[in-house]
Amino acid sequence: MRILGISAFYHDSAAALVEDGRIVAAAQEERFTRRKHDPRFPAAAARYCLEAAGCGLEGIDHVAFYEKPFLKFERLLETYFALAPKGFGSFRRAMPLWIKDKLFQKSMLRDAVRQLPGGGRWNGSLLFTEHHQSHAASAFFPSPFDSAAVLTMDGVGEWCTTSLGHGEGNRLEIIKEIHFPHSLGLLYSAFTYYTGFKVNSGEYKLMGLAPYGEPRFAQAIFDNLIDLRADGSFQLDQRYFDYAAGLTMTSPAFDALFGGPPRRPEQQLTQREMDLAASIQAVTEEVVLRLARHARSVTGERALCLAGGVALNCVANGKLHRAGIFDDIWVQPAAGDAGGALGAALAGWYQFGGQPRRVAGGDAMQGAYLGPHYAEADIVARLAAAGARFDCLEPDLVTATTADALAEGKAVGWMQGRMEFGPRALGNRSILGDPRSPTMQRLLNLKVKYRESFRPFAPSVLREDVADWFEFDDDSPYMLMVGDVVAQRRHGMTEDQQALFGIDKLNVARSEIPAVTHIDYSARIQTVHRETNPRYWALLSSFKQRTGCPLLVNTSFNVRGEPIVATPEDAFGCFMGTEIERLVIGNCILRKEAQDPALAHDYKARFDLD
Amino acid sequence: MDFASELLLFMKTRRKLWLLPVFTLLFVFGALVVLTQGTVIAPFIYSIF
Repeated sequence: MRILGISAFYHDSAAALVEDGRIVAAAQEERFTRRKHDPRFPAAAARYCLEAAGCGLEGIDHVAFYEKPFLKFERLLETYFALAPKGFGSFRRAMPLWIKDKLFQKSMLRDAVRQLPGGGRWNGSLLFTEHHQSHAASAFFPSPFDSAAVLTMDGVGEWCTTSLGHGEGNRLEIIKEIHFPHSLGLLYSAFTYYTGFKVNSGEYKLMGLAPYGEPRFAQAIFDNLIDLRADGSFQLDQRYFDYAAGLTMTSPAFDALFGGPPRRPEQQLTQREMDLAASIQAVTEEVVLRLARHARSVTGERALCLAGGVALNCVANGKLHRAGIFDDIWVQPAAGDAGGALGAALAGWYQFGGQPRRVAGGDAMQGAYLGPHYAEADIVARLAAAGARFDCLEPDLVTATTADALAEGKAVGWMQGRMEFGPRALGNRSILGDPRSPTMQRLLNLKVKYRESFRPFAPSVLREDVADWFEFDDDSPYMLMVGDVVAQRRHGMTEDQQALFGIDKLNVARSEIPAVTHIDYSARIQTVHRETNPRYWALLSSFKQRTGCPLLVNTSFNVRGEPIVATPEDAFGCFMGTEIERLVIGNCILRKEAQDPALAHDYKARFDLD
Repeated sequence: MDFASELLLFMKTRRKLWLLPVFTLLFVFGALVVLTQGTVIAPFIYSIF
């Protein structure tokens, strides 16, 4: 039985295909359309999934959609009704969308699905799962656990914003829910908005900003914004927010509480924004810890599965890991709405279909390498057509040559195998660098990624060496856990350095691996496993042989505002538009100095800043 | 008709038939809004829709 999961019409559309319980393929639409957070029906991603399964839509038994539109509309109506006449402005803008399109999602979906190859002959059925059921299914069913507690936390789905569930075998039961407008995700997003970042994409920037600040507003948040109970349940005081009925996230009362209006985007960051970031981060961590403790006591389970946008907060995940509330924690790598496509498909298989579930060793995500890949001949043909000049080498030589370039301090674009599913590049669509270099972070931020200089990079590290470098000795294959650099590899700061303004501290080498060490000595760790990504593992091993360092800087292969590259053409375009010095696609190596200068172009202007 | 019957069934199942007059009112009101404007512009807002 094949089930095609779809998430769409909000943000981060995606498709995923499950065949007899096995995840065959999953991808986000933005990677194909090159439109960041593309919300449209994921036609290209669905076509890719069908190709990967070797069938047309006629071979699909069910199409599972990741949420229930009527239930969402019910929430809208009740909210407007409860707050009338206050929400008229929002209503006036929302209703046309709903009346023209969203209310008829079922027929829209059916029509869109029938446009896919083989759609004319499709006689399968449409299934709808609830938003948080999709998240919970994406967290539990692919996890390496027979049974586990399941926590989902995000902005909002239909009504639910937070759920606590219990998974066992092929069953997944939701035990408790917190409903809109009380939402941890929306609370975090309110601060994202208030500090001048884009809601829905700037949350991770706020998280990156937090270590520069002091949580001096945390108590004010607890005293005024959120009524947090011992079991982790909470209510938000709606006087401070505007999202339920207005067109912004926060209200004038929020501005008054924190002493001013929201920061405008691209306006200079000040210590105040850093302190706000540290404060909301501290509050979020406290909520997550309480929810986890309650989940443990209610379910009695020793393992925890996480999904929903808040589960992408790897700093909170790291705190949870260190707290030892659960023996094991597994986070769905596509924890945001894109992962809902996968969750819907898996819920269709296990919950709707009642099929048995067997756990075999590790998780079922195959390293999250679930996207398209390109055969050698295809890569060569595509690069040649794009006018690239390249050499094709033997696989071992590719690894050795790349490790040499990295050891020389070069920034390397690295595209191999299947594309990752989820927001992180995990070594198949990555830009790599030497983490020991004190200038690498600045080089990558300002000349390659064109992004804010306060943002640190993440390390990939051989799994077998992780404990030598970090106070962390566990699997973190999806870069969703944060751990501190071990004390013996840290560098202290002088008094002069201590006195530097927040962001300037990032330029002080804090450890032997400054490019991946945040100012609080933390790092967002990706452990690399030979079993799931042998080629990347070999590259790290080769780099270690040359330098003694089993780590690399790993950042996604894109510039700010651009979806991560998907095809060889995308990779070549990004390479020629940035100061990446080497590009490795499969066994093809490209040197920047060998390329036709006429192909260089202004790349960053093509994408709206996120 | 499929849509109307599904919506009715949904409200009945959810025991929210009281929403029917609200829905009707809002639908008419919303339809007016649609008819009196040319384009549909999604506002910059996260939570509602």
